[in-house]
Amino acid sequence: MKTPLRLAVLGGLAALTLAIVPLVGRQALPFSVLLDFGGSDPAAIIFWQIRVPRALAAFVGGAGLALGGAVFQAIFRNPLATPYTLGVASGASLGVALASRFGLSIVVVGLSTTSAAAFAGALVAVGVVWVLTRLRPELSSTTLLLAGVAMNFFFSSVILFAQYTASLGDSYRIIRWLMGGLGGVDMSTVFHMTPVVALGAVVIIWHARSLDLLATGSEIAASRGVAVAPTRTVLFLATSVMVGGVVAACGPVGFVGMMAPHICRLLVGSSHRALLPASVLFGGAFLVLCDTAARLVLFPAELPVGVITAFLGAPFFLWLLVRQVGSASSRL
Amino acid sequence: MNAPKILVEDLSIRFGEAEILHEVSLAVGRGEFLTVIGPNGAGKSTLLRCLDGILVPSHGRVLIDDRPIAGFARRELARTVSYVPQPDAGPLDYSVRSFVEMGRFPHISAWAALTEDDAKAVDGAMDLTEVAELADRSMSSLSGGERQRASIAAALAQGGSVLLLDEPTSFLDYRHQVQILDLLDRLHDESGMTIVAVTHDLNSTVASSNSVLALKDGRVAATGKPAELLDTDALAAIYDAEFRLIEGGHRGLPLVLPARNGS
Repeated sequence: MKTPLRLAVLGGLAALTLAIVPLVGRQALPFSVLLDFGGSDPAAIIFWQIRVPRALAAFVGGAGLALGGAVFQAIFRNPLATPYTLGVASGASLGVALASRFGLSIVVVGLSTTSAAAFAGALVAVGVVWVLTRLRPELSSTTLLLAGVAMNFFFSSVILFAQYTASLGDSYRIIRWLMGGLGGVDMSTVFHMTPVVALGAVVIIWHARSLDLLATGSEIAASRGVAVAPTRTVLFLATSVMVGGVVAACGPVGFVGMMAPHICRLLVGSSHRALLPASVLFGGAFLVLCDTAARLVLFPAELPVGVITAFLGAPFFLWLLVRQVGSASSRL
Repeated sequence: MNAPKILVEDLSIRFGEAEILHEVSLAVGRGEFLTVIGPNGAGKSTLLRCLDGILVPSHGRVLIDDRPIAGFARRELARTVSYVPQPDAGPLDYSVRSFVEMGRFPHISAWAALTEDDAKAVDGAMDLTEVAELADRSMSSLSGGERQRASIAAALAQGGSVLLLDEPTSFLDYRHQVQILDLLDRLHDESGMTIVAVTHDLNSTVASSNSVLALKDGRVAATGKPAELLDTDALAAIYDAEFRLIEGGHRGLPLVLPARNGS
């Protein structure tokens, strides 16, 4: 199957997932709710005010994380890179941990305290990266990767400290947030997160050809005409702010950002002009499905979606890898 | 006399405390094939990276067509100069054709499809380097020699008039060494391309070139025609080693052998 056709199939499946998932749940909903937008019927309220915003938030969040993973894996030339590699998620987590520990109440442009604290924490992490790239533009990707690892450890240690000294209730709230989840999202979450993710996505997708070259190494990229340092900085900032927006809304949901680009590479190849749109579609649809499982498995209780993403994603990913290795060895 | 294609004036570059190149000056004429030789760590690859603007010198400047390269936009420079770095064995998950097509980056806008001219340049580069039959293979699955030829194809697809190569015949078997050297001959004889190649291969690559620049400890140790530098005293001064010369090399030049135990 040709790549554009594969992308079209992926797009169709993603649209189908988004269309069907809000109808799925312990509370069966009639198809008539589709026409009852803004209605006061309980079924219409469940559909339009709870499930649709949640599915949209999951899609936008999954898309953002998958895009972020694709960008960092290309720039760092490292298959284990994730959208959290430069410390955005741990910065956001630190924000939430400190806000919980000290009982802060921040409401900024309609964001909840948790979201505002998470986004502020993510921006601090982005700021550190920005300062590093400004001070030393010649820093190699490997050095930045190590800087990200160091930042993650630093933020984690402060989070542990905040948690250790917090009350049992606050400590549980911090741990619960760290697992990621879409339980509290509504339409305003979607309205807050979507512009941030869309802006990041436009910047990233605009640089698709540069990402192809950066993935071959910075010397080749520079020689082919990529302004390596400024391009890398733009991509770091766009990705980190985008991922910060997602984490502020959904918590640090794991695995999607690392796995989705790999699965998409197997589906559409490594060219970022196909890989990036595929990552948007696959990452979005995957998180929608995982969130559906998260709200159904232990109904009426909810599992954190981060538990599901790794539980469903890891075996599937392993199966794909084994299948790929099998076909490669037959050519040896 | 025409202005040289590449002019390097008093170029010095430091990494921290270490000065890698010290006041290096050179001129490469249009269509000339210059080889850069010297012991390991002499600054040869650093010089090549400065010529492509990948490294910015601490002092001095590089001019292409009489214009300082600091004034070129990155894409603009890439339309004139292409660079083939030392072979990298890391994973490269692109097909050969996709990799060569990336050479057209400086000619196309962010999301535009390749034009007919782009496709022609890509096909031409793949034919010249005999990688057309590998078009659908993954770069990661290629042998060292195949990968080197694909890298040269991608650099040629850039369509520039200056080609910089870092050890172009390393890792190649004899047939492919000859093929690459024939290709370099054709590129500067017939296409008028200006070529600068860093090499340790005195018998084939240096013997194929028009002129040689020897670097030692970051300074120019000698310059001249291959016949002038393929000489026991000159080579001994450059490499701090003894050499034997025997007759029968390329273009009537001697064959150079390192002398062991005084033999």
